[in-house]
Amino acid sequence: MSPAAAQSAEVQAAAFAAALAAETGAGAAAAAAGFQVQVVEFARRGVHWEATVPPERVASAGQWFAARGYALDTITGVDWLGRGEMEVVYDFFHPLEYWRAVVRTPVPRAQPELPTLSGVFPGANWHERETHEFFGIRFTGHPNLTPLLLPEDADYHPLRKDFAL
Amino acid sequence: MNDLVTLNPQEALAAAAAGQETFVLNLGPQHPATHGVLRVKLTMDGEYVVRAEPVCGYIHRMHEKMGENRTWAQFLPNTSRIDYLSAMHYTHAYVGAVERAAQIEVPRRAEFVRVITSELNRISSHLVWFGAFLLDLGGFTPLLYAFDDREKILDLLERITGARLTYCYYRFGGLYNDVDAGFLHGVRDFVRYMRPRLEMYRELVTDNIILRKRLVGIGVADAELGRRYGATGPVLRGAGVAYDVRRAEPYSVYPELDFRIPTHPEGDSMARYLVRMEEIEQSLRIIEQALDLIPEGPIRSKVPKVLKPPPGDTCFAVEAARGRFMVRIVSDGKDVPYRVKLRTPSFSNLSLFEEASRGMLLADALAFLGSLDLVIPDIDR
Repeated sequence: MSPAAAQSAEVQAAAFAAALAAETGAGAAAAAAGFQVQVVEFARRGVHWEATVPPERVASAGQWFAARGYALDTITGVDWLGRGEMEVVYDFFHPLEYWRAVVRTPVPRAQPELPTLSGVFPGANWHERETHEFFGIRFTGHPNLTPLLLPEDADYHPLRKDFAL
Repeated sequence: MNDLVTLNPQEALAAAAAGQETFVLNLGPQHPATHGVLRVKLTMDGEYVVRAEPVCGYIHRMHEKMGENRTWAQFLPNTSRIDYLSAMHYTHAYVGAVERAAQIEVPRRAEFVRVITSELNRISSHLVWFGAFLLDLGGFTPLLYAFDDREKILDLLERITGARLTYCYYRFGGLYNDVDAGFLHGVRDFVRYMRPRLEMYRELVTDNIILRKRLVGIGVADAELGRRYGATGPVLRGAGVAYDVRRAEPYSVYPELDFRIPTHPEGDSMARYLVRMEEIEQSLRIIEQALDLIPEGPIRSKVPKVLKPPPGDTCFAVEAARGRFMVRIVSDGKDVPYRVKLRTPSFSNLSLFEEASRGMLLADALAFLGSLDLVIPDIDR
């Protein structure tokens, strides 16, 4: 990545951080505790910048990406069994400016729940259904959280690390 | 009426309230127009689609779980079986992700061979789509021509990879084996052979008035719809957006090669048709340049026998025949992946069908479905 592009990735990341900080209304310092944003090296990671946000910030993060013309690449989960939490990973790409960004949201394994993005990105509907059936992560406000790829009566979550083969 | 209420309650009630008499029509999962085991639950008002709900999962194989139960190298053959018409691109993305995570260098000769074989694969994939799509529209002859041409590519690729479709030719750090002079001459001959064939396709099919009446202005998926659903590939380029992963996130030696990204702004089925036909031309251009530039040298770098990428997650995206294919791998430093996520283009491209097909004639909706170029295992994984 050229230095100019690196700087722009910083601009993107900073704009995202500022928007989320302003949104909390509690000032930047309080907000900083809730989320982190950082620019990463594309040649090593395949993304330009990444953010970690708490579940209650997911909806406003999604709105920020939608307003900037980003498209939703995919949504998936990672089960960190040892840490007792799961991570929901949102990948975004920009079809015109070519940015790649990723947003992670940790949720407790005991109660994996966070709001849906399907109102902002209709494409999230299927990605969330898939993440729900594979991990048992619930997306509140989702219009139809039924299995998409697994059988319609599936009550198991095969990508959880404690799912026995 | 009872059946309607149990099958699709909200739509049926809403339609009945609006004075519409609707019925539910089941399309698939065994139907030639769905090109595999896809099912579409259609709520119809006469010949018009009120709602088309895709029902997926009939060929779901849980590749992602398989990835967590075998070594990094052992998962490689899985990736060629997701989109079986675009296997080179899919293995490229997975190999690329692991190479990026473990910081493995790839020799230049290998990169050029990857570009040549990937573009050949793109042409063969588009030819299958071309033949099958016209078959959907009721034209039988073009399929025979398309499969004849495609056979030449399959013969070339079989010669070096040993497989006709499910190639497992790219390896971490390079290729399985080197290409010989016979292959390179064969590819050059194919490029010379294919150009006049494209001209022939234009005269035989593209300018055909019946084809145009079935495709022009029909099945419109515009750029904003594409963005909201994450559509990529010819579906997005057919809506005028010049998004191509080979440009957006350059990989391999594509930045050194001169090619155009075909776009058409209309967003209709015809635009997607034209984008794919022009992409075949561009692929031929890329292959020609790569043949001129390919250096001698090694085809694989030294890679540890037991590969353990450092902990962390890494993404790698490629422009597959159907659009953006992205692999996200998570390593915990072991010889087995912790997580492999496969982001497939057909999945996102199909997800817009429900919204975009509303109000269409059934016959047009099927032409629209065909113009999306779906491969069902690519959706279901």
